[in-house]
Amino acid sequence: MRRVAEQTAPPESTGAIGAISVGPPGSTAPGAPPDGPPGTSPGKPDAAVVRDALAVGIAVGLSGFAFGVTAAGSGLSLLQICALSLFVFTGASQFALVGALAAGGNPYTAAAGAFFLGVRNAFYGLRLSQLLALPRALRPFAAHWVIDETTAVTVAQPDRRSARLGFTVTGLTLYVLWNLTTLVGAMGAEALGDTEAWGLDAASPAVFLALLAPMLRSTTERVTAGLAVLLALTLLPVLPAGVPVLLSALAAPVVLFLMGRRKRGPAVESGTTSREKTVEKGGRDA
Amino acid sequence: MNVWIAIGLTAAGCYLAKYAGLLVPAGVLERPLVRRMAVLLPVALLAALTAQQTFGDGQQLVLDARAAGLAAAALALVLRAPFLVVVGAAVVVTAGVRVLG
Repeated sequence: MRRVAEQTAPPESTGAIGAISVGPPGSTAPGAPPDGPPGTSPGKPDAAVVRDALAVGIAVGLSGFAFGVTAAGSGLSLLQICALSLFVFTGASQFALVGALAAGGNPYTAAAGAFFLGVRNAFYGLRLSQLLALPRALRPFAAHWVIDETTAVTVAQPDRRSARLGFTVTGLTLYVLWNLTTLVGAMGAEALGDTEAWGLDAASPAVFLALLAPMLRSTTERVTAGLAVLLALTLLPVLPAGVPVLLSALAAPVVLFLMGRRKRGPAVESGTTSREKTVEKGGRDA
Repeated sequence: MNVWIAIGLTAAGCYLAKYAGLLVPAGVLERPLVRRMAVLLPVALLAALTAQQTFGDGQQLVLDARAAGLAAAALALVLRAPFLVVVGAAVVVTAGVRVLG
């Protein structure tokens, strides 16, 4: 889950990290150059880092309420819902799992879809391990907080001290609020009664759309999304629940393959070309 | 029981993905093709999930109040509204259409 008000697109971090957008207006500007010229900056004041981190944590943590309500509406028990937020702690995967189970998918395809959505966190971790330089003993604990928002706040910091502080405060705020609001949402769902009458079944797809929107920056992403939608809706009536979403993931390699072929051909779209170059540059820099 | 299996697998898988990024030598994940796949995989999955949870009802495709809610969310996104406003718009409009319908 992340805020969508501001989009970060630092060219040097295009890739998994470049897809992140976060922060209420005026609080964080991930990817923006640090104040002052490099080298002369005394480092960001701790209070500013904490303020940024808290703002992100609070804004996003509250949407745990929508998760709690959605999960309860899908028929999961209170214990199951809280276990998801405590131990999975990555919003898109949690929503995907609950949606797949509610649609009657078997546990393995449901978990596979949630897992594939969680794979992006591995790329965030890669970036964070360079920025945070954590001791080996701390890594297993820090790993649980490696998600969209903590990455966005951390990469925006000018130095290691601020990065560590930003990561810790965002991680802690989010973890506490996400789990508390999940609990409140799950318990509140019973009081609400019929969640569909309240329109709460629209919360989950809206969350997905909000996560997706900032990623649709070039033709490659848009074509991939379009193809995935087409695959999902075409396969929905004919395949068991959960399977169509997994097969829709094939849109990614298919589009990469087709774009790769077009790149070598004469008729190359300018947007795609610059995107490819940016990605390759990002790969070299990192 | 099935739900617990799904929760256990998802928790283990997602944790290992997060931890792997902190452990794996940079070279493995930094290959351009792997990076581009990592960018596009969530795009495909999120698009498919959005479509399915908007138009799917069991194994049937339906056009109901959720579509109006998602249109409202899309509009909020175009207007660069904050995350909670986007989700709130979808919920409120969906509920509103159901009341009117």
